[in-house]
Amino acid sequence: MIIAVASGKGGTGKTTVSTNLTYVIDEDVCLVDLDVEEPNCHIFLKPEFEYSENVGIPIPEVDIDACDFCGECGKFCEFSAIISLKNKILTFPDLCHGCGGCALVCPKKAIIEVKKNIGTVEKGRSGNIDFIHGRLNIGEAMSPPMIRETKKHIETGQLTVIDAPPGTSCPVIEAVKGADYIILVTEPTPFGLNDLALTVEMLQKLKKPFGIVVNRSTPDCRSVHDFCLDSGIRLLAEITNDRKIAEVYSRGELVVEQVPGYIEVFKRIYREVLDDIDKKIDNNIFRIKE
Amino acid sequence: MQIKELVIISGKGGTGKTSIAASFAALARNKVTVDCDVDAANMHIVMNHDIQRKKGFKGGKEAYVDPDLCTGCGTCFDHCRYNAVKMIDKLGKDKAFIEDISCEGCGVCVEFCPEGAVTLIQQTSGEWYISNSSFGPFIHARLGIAQENSGKLVTLLRLNSRILAKENDCELIIIDGSPGIGCPVIASITASSMVLAVTEPTLSGIHDLERIVELVKGFKTIPLTVCINKYDINIEITKEIEKYCAANKLCIVGSLPYDYLVTKAQIAGVSVVEYTGARIALSIKKMWRKIYYSLIQ
Ligand code: SF4
Ligand code: SF4
Ligand code: SF4
Ligand code: SF4
Repeated sequence: MIIAVASGKGGTGKTTVSTNLTYVIDEDVCLVDLDVEEPNCHIFLKPEFEYSENVGIPIPEVDIDACDFCGECGKFCEFSAIISLKNKILTFPDLCHGCGGCALVCPKKAIIEVKKNIGTVEKGRSGNIDFIHGRLNIGEAMSPPMIRETKKHIETGQLTVIDAPPGTSCPVIEAVKGADYIILVTEPTPFGLNDLALTVEMLQKLKKPFGIVVNRSTPDCRSVHDFCLDSGIRLLAEITNDRKIAEVYSRGELVVEQVPGYIEVFKRIYREVLDDIDKKIDNNIFRIKE
Repeated sequence: MQIKELVIISGKGGTGKTSIAASFAALARNKVTVDCDVDAANMHIVMNHDIQRKKGFKGGKEAYVDPDLCTGCGTCFDHCRYNAVKMIDKLGKDKAFIEDISCEGCGVCVEFCPEGAVTLIQQTSGEWYISNSSFGPFIHARLGIAQENSGKLVTLLRLNSRILAKENDCELIIIDGSPGIGCPVIASITASSMVLAVTEPTLSGIHDLERIVELVKGFKTIPLTVCINKYDINIEITKEIEKYCAANKLCIVGSLPYDYLVTKAQIAGVSVVEYTGARIALSIKKMWRKIYYSLIQ
């Protein structure tokens, strides 16, 4: 089973939830940090890395002697990543999606594909937790292929917690696509609520079961509670606005290890998730597959 | 007169980037304000504004299979590198079906379908707006759910902000950039006049800042300044950030205290500097003055 932790924007406590949740699960579990632009989970779990692999995407390379400048490749490319001029071919690796189309359409077979390095996948262990993260090279524009490659290292069948990138566009979709359940972390501010509504819309479009964790909850700000009630979304848990959590976080430590009482809070989140998954499968609201 | 573009970014969201950008919009004279954080557009909440013009944004394309023409040969399935093609049994016959969230719109399936059953369809990926705000022209957008191409939308918004700035004789464009280091961020900072990176004194904050700094360094000519928000949550780490900035010759233009009134201002729908009693307002004003003078230099 794969549980992904996501949020409409960064800074809501997504990483706090994913790392602490993984820590309290008493099973064989793996944490996968797919926030490849700014991976942070390793700061909290301090894994020892045992394996690292460079990730590349295929980009075209033109054998200029074989090319007759017919222009087919440039005509084909939807992303203007290859352009043929009168006597040379320009390629723009930053724009290339690695679809392989130009090589396929080239009548002279003048295009071969070479790997361009875009980042690194690292694997290791932290205590009883298996740890995987992807790290996008700085200056690389496209995180989805990096996320895709990191995801390939997930063991099928193993209980997995994913730390997804923030937002509602391509990177987060790539990260949550294979998940069975999604925990949305939000904070009860107008910005938080606005982003939450967008993320909920996204998950409904993806037909994924999900529940909400309110972080930095205060008794006077009930906006997220009202939102959940109105839209019939399960509120999994509230984490109160506790300065101690912020301090522990700032030092790169785990709340469950440092502040008494939080082991129970995170165990409860896990139980709520399992319960919600059971209910949703029973009621056949969502059929979980993939 | 040369138009200056100031971009406010942060390694991750939630560092107060938008609150600071909106405050600058309130403080600066004669400027255009742009919300380029199109994935989590929030600035409109604290900018009192009226939408004047609304336009559709054409982003990427997606493939569509005509089930009447498809013979189920599977060529598209074999060629698609993004696993976007599913072969689905329909009345005893396999037909190709394209999963829209996985399709990159590359067109390979279109090219190789022997039956000509696939077409690429242009998607309307969002809307963008030109508004009148209490602080002058304001450009913002709403990217459709689950849409790609946020980098393209950012470029479009910035292009239009320059046109608007010229029309209105504005000397300055204030840009709320996006978090991360990927395509929307790169599009936000390309060819800008100055970048302000907002960070927090946490270990992850430092880690994110380092990655942002490296990204901006890649642009060589763009000066990068730093703001430490909520510097008082962890003074030790604040000192570490100061050391890091000194070592990398980065100017810290402001250190802002933690102030719960930031949230109160959001609820009231105004920027922090307009919200009475916010002690952080004074620090933001000071920081703004520093940035403004180094920008017009
Ligand atoms: S399609 Fe092949 S032969 Fe034609 S211009 Fe491109 S690389 Fe050259
Ligand atoms: S691989 Fe695809 S995206 Fe890249 S240059 Fe060739 S056609 Fe364009
Ligand atoms: S290649 Fe064309 S005919 Fe063959 S399965 Fe795909 S859509 Fe159908
Ligand atoms: S357009 Fe490209 S990504 Fe989309 S289904 Fe066809 S081959 Fe796959």
